[in-house]
Amino acid sequence: MITGNKSTSWKFSSWFFALALMAPIVVMVVAGANASTVLFTHLWSTVLPEYISNTLILGFLVAILTLFFGVPAAVLVSQTNVYMAKQLRWLLMLPLAMPAYLVAYLYTDLFDYAGPVQRFLRACFGWQSPSDYYFFDIRTIGGAAVVIALVLFPYVYMLTRTAFENQDRNLLRASRLLGCNEKQSFYQIALPLARPAIAISLTLVIMETLADFATVQYFAVNTLTTAIYDTWLGYGDFPAANALASMLMLLVLFVVVAEQKARAGQRHQSSRPNTEQEIKKLSLPQQVLASVFCWGLVITGFLLPLALLIVMALDYSDFQQLLSLIETGKNSITVATYSATIATLVALFLGLFYRLHHSKGRMLPLQISGFGYAIPGTVLAMAMLATFGPLDHMINDLAKYFAIKPPGLILSGTVFAIIFAYVVRFSAIANGTISAGVGQIPKSLDLAPASLGIKLLPTVFRVHLPLLKSSIFVAWLLVFVEAMKELPAVLLLRPFNFETLSTQVYQLISDEQLEQGALGAILIVLFGLLPIIFLNRQKDNK
Amino acid sequence: MLNKICFSFLVLVTLLATSYSALASEEVNVYSYRQPFLVKPLFDEFTKQSGVKVNVVFAKKGMAERLAREGEYSPADVLLTTDISRLVELHDKSLLQAVDSNKLEQAISEQFRANDDTWFALTTRVRNIYSAKRLGNIELSYEDLADPKYKGRVCTRSGKHAYNVALVSSMIATHGEAKTLEWLEGVKTNLARKPQGNDRGQVQAIHQNLCDLAIGNSYYFGKMQTNKDQQVWAEAVNINFPNQDNRGAHVNISGVAMAKYAPNKANALALMEFLVSEQAQQMYAETNMEYPVRDGVKWSERVASWGEFKADNLSLETIAKHRKAALTLLDKAKFDL
Repeated sequence: MITGNKSTSWKFSSWFFALALMAPIVVMVVAGANASTVLFTHLWSTVLPEYISNTLILGFLVAILTLFFGVPAAVLVSQTNVYMAKQLRWLLMLPLAMPAYLVAYLYTDLFDYAGPVQRFLRACFGWQSPSDYYFFDIRTIGGAAVVIALVLFPYVYMLTRTAFENQDRNLLRASRLLGCNEKQSFYQIALPLARPAIAISLTLVIMETLADFATVQYFAVNTLTTAIYDTWLGYGDFPAANALASMLMLLVLFVVVAEQKARAGQRHQSSRPNTEQEIKKLSLPQQVLASVFCWGLVITGFLLPLALLIVMALDYSDFQQLLSLIETGKNSITVATYSATIATLVALFLGLFYRLHHSKGRMLPLQISGFGYAIPGTVLAMAMLATFGPLDHMINDLAKYFAIKPPGLILSGTVFAIIFAYVVRFSAIANGTISAGVGQIPKSLDLAPASLGIKLLPTVFRVHLPLLKSSIFVAWLLVFVEAMKELPAVLLLRPFNFETLSTQVYQLISDEQLEQGALGAILIVLFGLLPIIFLNRQKDNK
Repeated sequence: MLNKICFSFLVLVTLLATSYSALASEEVNVYSYRQPFLVKPLFDEFTKQSGVKVNVVFAKKGMAERLAREGEYSPADVLLTTDISRLVELHDKSLLQAVDSNKLEQAISEQFRANDDTWFALTTRVRNIYSAKRLGNIELSYEDLADPKYKGRVCTRSGKHAYNVALVSSMIATHGEAKTLEWLEGVKTNLARKPQGNDRGQVQAIHQNLCDLAIGNSYYFGKMQTNKDQQVWAEAVNINFPNQDNRGAHVNISGVAMAKYAPNKANALALMEFLVSEQAQQMYAETNMEYPVRDGVKWSERVASWGEFKADNLSLETIAKHRKAALTLLDKAKFDL
């Protein structure tokens, strides 16, 4: 396929990118290896078993729920004539723009014993105390799982929908000709074909759930991340915290590998996929059910939280802040744009390397560059400081040696560190999306141009990139939206006087007054919506 | 395509370079555990008086590690914290320098600054017990929170929150570890619900008749009284200063310190001295409803209306010393689970 110098330099640079993204993680694991066992013994004999079981239960529940929310939504929108399918197509993506910690704050507030819903019920029925009636407790693992799933299901929805839409209809028709009924051909052909996409999105959801701290904290659910923060900030044992974070990553690695093993060897691409959609007509009761399902997701995952924020903003916010908030929003957008662009380019580079290169272990760069997503944001931020701090010191020491004015912390103390951290953290998303797309390009297309004497680079530009267009869009969009919402890493890594919308909102939340931050929160959501709407327009216009 | 990528990288590099060099010449850099909007009025006043610009970065987690990593090239001059344990942590990691200033020493009594002058308190706050008005005027102690007569009637935020950890540390200093563990287990049995939410949320729960007693910092009472939605919560409770018959109420501090490698030392000193000046202390008292650390500065009218109280004069360093033991006990009691 490719030979000579180009091949070597491609291989070299792929590994370079992957290792650069891996560096902070290696630093973390190495720091963890020095942990003393005393603290572990104490934790193990007290709270750790429960933290671990909470983590596992939460991860499992969120996975099941996002599947239950995301896959049917994708099927309904892409393959049936559910009312307003065209609008639902993009409406179902919107919960993604909602930061999970905000939704958690809003929902715990809403459904808490002292919250408006239960107060209203008590006022209506004259109940006096909790023993007078049953109401579900929102601050439980179950409550946390539902709320997290409500904002994360769009991952499953988007990747699955894309997979369904690119499926080869001819296969389904063939199965029908061979005697399958509609149901059978869906379960035996369509769903298995979408499995890689579902699996990839599910892995992303699990990673994000396990690395979360802020959201579960609102639910008073203690997980492994609680233990990480306790050991580090409470006990002041940073190596032990790193060891726990490494453990968490191992857990995720296990999930990833198990999933890949389970579908090893399965592959299907079609050289000329017939993607013309066969739209199933729903009966009236089916229509009603389907609409309730889809709109239920849009409302609970997006419209209701947004409405709550708007009410708060109208009640409390000082609209004179608006201008300064928009200024702050520019910082958020700048950081998110760079992160999304770099992460997508790296993912493309590594994805195509895996696909087109012939060296052994060509899968590895793609795989190892995605682990950052499983690391809690603050821990990753610390790893960034540990990685770039020494480099900065070297630069400054050198400058001193040559009697130049030391430039200061140009790597660890600037926006560079934030963007690098985001690329490390969100590469998994871009990699997953791109590799799902690459997997759907028929192998024969790699070879055909070569047999015609066309060189590799033109082939990539003329064949692969056009075919990957929608995956590239989705990858960029997902990373952008995540970067807009991200909080813990930017909080710790930012330079002086550098505010993003999320740090601005956090300041207010952490002083127990989300009301005043509502306007900023709405802007996070709106700025996150822009690319979703824009990309959707582009797609429709095509 | 390639050109565009190169171009955008160039833009990024310039962005980084300018974001670094944009700092003005007369300035002071602050790493803050406190929300900027709480201290911004003070900084603005300082800039107005001295012409020195104040640059701030705020984070609650990891500041100490960031400072340690940055080492001698750290741009940080002044550190602001909301809790004694952070100050002592910074001190123990040798990230602070001693400050020799008559103004600071005169303004702050010995109990509220480090023996080696590496850190100074700016304000104090009490860990109060809020009690439902329906209980009437009662005398309470922290020990009472474990009294079986309050079974199912106590609310608190996470035991591991810095404010609660400091309280547990003070219990250890008074009663020893074994007794404190017993106390923690007693409090846990008395909880109306597992620890959750924030300090104000506990008062809200009392208002909703979910519990009768809650632990919370003093200034939140004032903040609730002045918030139109939360006024009713505050009206449902009395603020109690515990242990008035014996050692007094547990007090924590917010504080300030100078970074070991402060590049703008003179400005840092000027800022620290400003923060303990009568004017700044008055602002702290009025806007944040905390107790000024400087003698002779009047409490805000609202804070004064809660009454005088006796404070536990346990040294802050002792409280910080028992921090790890406190956490261990909280784990042993499975307080948050």
